[in-house]
Amino acid sequence: MRKTDILIIGGGPAGLAAAVGAYEAGARDILILDREERLGGILKQCIHNGFGLHTFKEELTGPEYAQRFIEKVLAYQIPYQTETMVIDVSSDKVVTCVSRQNGLERIQAQAVILCMGCRERPRGSLGTPGERCPGIFTAGTAQKFTNLEGLMPGKEVVILGSGDIGLIMARRMTFLGAKVHACVELMPYSSGLKRNIVQCLDDFGIPLLLSHTVVDIHGREHLEGVTVAQVGSDLKPIPGTEKYFPCDTLLLSVGLIPENELSEMAGVKIAPSTSGAVVDEQLQTSVPGIFSAGNVLHVHDLVDFVSEEAMKAGANAWRYIRHELPQGGRKVPVEMGFGVGGIVPQFVSEDARDKVSFMFRPRNVYRNARVIVELNGEQVYAKKAMILAPGEMVNLSLPAEKLAGLKEAESILVRIEVPEA
Amino acid sequence: MYDVIIIGGGVVGCGTARELMRRKAKVLLLEKTNDICNGQSKANTAIIHGGYDAKPGTLKAKFNVLGNAMFDQLHEELDVPVQWNTSLVVSFDLGDHEALEKLLDQGIQNGVRGELRIIDEQELRRREPNVGREAKEALLVGAGGIVCPYELTEAFAENAAMNGAEFLRNAEVTRINRLDDGRWQVVSAAGTFEARAVVNAAGTYADVINNMVSARKVHIRPRRGEYYILDKKYKNAFHATMFQLPSKMGKGTLIAPTVDGTVLIGPTAEDIDDKEDKRTTAAGLEKALRQAGRTWEHIPTRGFITTFSGLRATGDTGDFILGEAEDAPLFFNCCAIESPGLSSAPAIAKWTAEQVTERLGLEENPNFDPIRKAIPKFREMTNEERQAAIAADPDFGKIVCRCETVTEAEIREAIRRPVGARDVDGVKRRTRAGMGRCQAGFCTPRTVEILAEELGISPLEVTKFGGDSKLLQGYLFEEGKHHA
Amino acid sequence: MKYELTCINCPMGCRITADYDGKEVTNIQGYTCARGKAYAQTEITDPTRMVTALVGVEGTHAPLSVKTRSPIRKPLIFDALRVIRETTVRPPVRIGDVVVENVCNSGVDVIATENIEA
Repeated sequence: MRKTDILIIGGGPAGLAAAVGAYEAGARDILILDREERLGGILKQCIHNGFGLHTFKEELTGPEYAQRFIEKVLAYQIPYQTETMVIDVSSDKVVTCVSRQNGLERIQAQAVILCMGCRERPRGSLGTPGERCPGIFTAGTAQKFTNLEGLMPGKEVVILGSGDIGLIMARRMTFLGAKVHACVELMPYSSGLKRNIVQCLDDFGIPLLLSHTVVDIHGREHLEGVTVAQVGSDLKPIPGTEKYFPCDTLLLSVGLIPENELSEMAGVKIAPSTSGAVVDEQLQTSVPGIFSAGNVLHVHDLVDFVSEEAMKAGANAWRYIRHELPQGGRKVPVEMGFGVGGIVPQFVSEDARDKVSFMFRPRNVYRNARVIVELNGEQVYAKKAMILAPGEMVNLSLPAEKLAGLKEAESILVRIEVPEA
Repeated sequence: MYDVIIIGGGVVGCGTARELMRRKAKVLLLEKTNDICNGQSKANTAIIHGGYDAKPGTLKAKFNVLGNAMFDQLHEELDVPVQWNTSLVVSFDLGDHEALEKLLDQGIQNGVRGELRIIDEQELRRREPNVGREAKEALLVGAGGIVCPYELTEAFAENAAMNGAEFLRNAEVTRINRLDDGRWQVVSAAGTFEARAVVNAAGTYADVINNMVSARKVHIRPRRGEYYILDKKYKNAFHATMFQLPSKMGKGTLIAPTVDGTVLIGPTAEDIDDKEDKRTTAAGLEKALRQAGRTWEHIPTRGFITTFSGLRATGDTGDFILGEAEDAPLFFNCCAIESPGLSSAPAIAKWTAEQVTERLGLEENPNFDPIRKAIPKFREMTNEERQAAIAADPDFGKIVCRCETVTEAEIREAIRRPVGARDVDGVKRRTRAGMGRCQAGFCTPRTVEILAEELGISPLEVTKFGGDSKLLQGYLFEEGKHHA
Repeated sequence: MKYELTCINCPMGCRITADYDGKEVTNIQGYTCARGKAYAQTEITDPTRMVTALVGVEGTHAPLSVKTRSPIRKPLIFDALRVIRETTVRPPVRIGDVVVENVCNSGVDVIATENIEA
């Protein structure tokens, strides 16, 4: 059986950074597997700017950002295999993959880093009633058609969901000559960045209909229009508020789902709140030697944080192989208190020596709030925040000394405190 | 000049075409839409009913039981997935015990094969631990099974075509004339053809076809059923097909495992007027879920991958309408094939072919080959088989649909086969590419490319299901030049 | 003239109002921090945007992604897009290659943002 020290599944932003991180930590026997023809993952089709402000202090487009990492991978001569699909990962880290050129291969790795990213939620999962006609695309599929293949899905567009991909596609379709009639958002707030709302919708006079949803889809052979209605606080449509929008294209930007099918095959525990792997502060999953990073772990807002996280996972995978990671010690569970959703990591080793980063999503919009970390009911950290919103991941970095009491702790609690109304 | 023209490329039409190829016959099948298996046969509960449900003495009862007994052989000959997972008809009220007894009785009268008995709550819960708290007892039907309705229809068509039957799609029949010599002239969108006999297997349009030639009018009203499909992750939630004790409006809402591992929840039953109205509705979907909630209290709604609706061809006699029309010699009806239509289809096809054979005096075809092999399914192969498959055809090494692990080789074969796929939905039905949890978000671009290559058309001409159902509107740049 | 805008600097998304007479921005209200005030100032007097777009590539339908090297004035966006869309490149192309010089006299070049092999 073919062998490798570190096998990375996915050659998108996470996979590339994991490889770079592992190499820079000292690993040399690394292999990246990617199912597409070219490295870069979803960044290849994200031709808009706004990437890399944190990492490179400049505003890059997706392909440019990816290229920075691809060039490092090439310079380090890290092997990679494209057009190779992983179909199985075992808990003892045997990875089975298939490709045209090599057929079916089984590769024994010492450490595996899961970097599969996520997929878009499809229409079916929303249960939106109506016809099942062509003209309905997830925003990412439409983006692939326009930006990579030069194909135009349609000219009259409605967008359901105001996630960043949906907003970006509102502008792209406008740039390509289409008319975007509305961006419809179920929630009373958008999960997209303010900057995207202003520069992708407001700049072109595209209305953002908050607390609205698509309640019917019309058109037998091709999409002809959608019925949009306002929703109440229970998120159910309010009868009498229906409005018809003629359109030939409905783009869906209604959420991302981490692609953890392979993780589950390997026996990796999945956290319901992130739909990603349960990890400790080293980004190690419940299966020793299997690490997870990027959007497959939890959906990020910024690629810069994906890269940072994946580099850390890469370095830790190497430390794992070198027996330099704390193994076998007690792991203290991280609990989500008021207002905190989808926290990563879910466990911290009691003998954690470095600083520990927590990332989570606020469950709602909170103003003048404080983010608090408690150990055994005792506050060890607090940080003020003028605004917290579900669209913006909170990133807390706790110095090791703040967690000095970990040895004795039953749990770590992270919560949000809001001023009394 | 044909011996037989079959109108309708559903499971009954394609099945009849195959049965007729056992004889020396020149057969043409005309299908209205862009592909076979595009109506009721593609949108149903995919169940092989035991045969307890129909009233004794009806055609439904007779053909259900006959059809049910044919599936093992179809599985052998046509490589179609069939599973005998048993059916359970659950009652939620001990006061309904009599109704269950009546079903049991009916089953015995109808000649339902295999195990057939009422099980108590304890056994029910032992068999199906996820059944709802209200469940009291159930009728166990050992002869209850599940089948892939697309693959059954496609297998019938492929095998019929291999044995010489001709198929024309986009061939809507607009008129049927009786010529002076007694032959039938069938006018269709794909041309005018003559035949000695006509078989009407036109599904929800079987009334329209019948009424073109017969004064004994048939009326078919579509009955719409709406469904949810649940992710494969939940395939072990129920082992058996879970019925609820039937009501007047149909068989109630089911929890039905499929041979592919997904779970169907539905259908509703709503009589509508429009034969093309396959919309799902908020009310219908909500009702399906509410009713099914009795059988399965904690339906994981986050696990839904899609919804769909199907139209059942409901006649006004309450039974199938089969056989030669009294006032139209050599015009054979297969009308009002509603539930248990899929289960009965093999027997209806066989019987109809026998009727035609007898009337036309067709001879045995000694060269008939009943064997059809399924498109090799990469997802079901062992690693050794996969290795060999890729070595023989490198396209097996290219996975196009990641959710269902469908390779490019399978997609190409689905298009190249006799009566092969010619649109995205056709590829989906034949290979499952796009049927998984991402609902074709990932594989559509590549599937469109492969279809365009194989069919020798532009990607812009590729449709979802024929007609005007094009997926894309144009190129941004005309191979290097700006496209105005 | 009265201006109303949403600050993009953080999720607060402050609604800022201000007056502008063509020379000076006055009466800026609704901002919470200094960044918001500065944003209002430039967004009203000289709004600029990075433009990312697609150009044709000889011999294929697949386009090349491009961007303005730096932001251009907002009112120029659609004129620039028109010029960019009329452009066709011949591979090979490297990131940073100039695809359109000084687009619409903005003083800004349009450059490739991906590599295309010959």
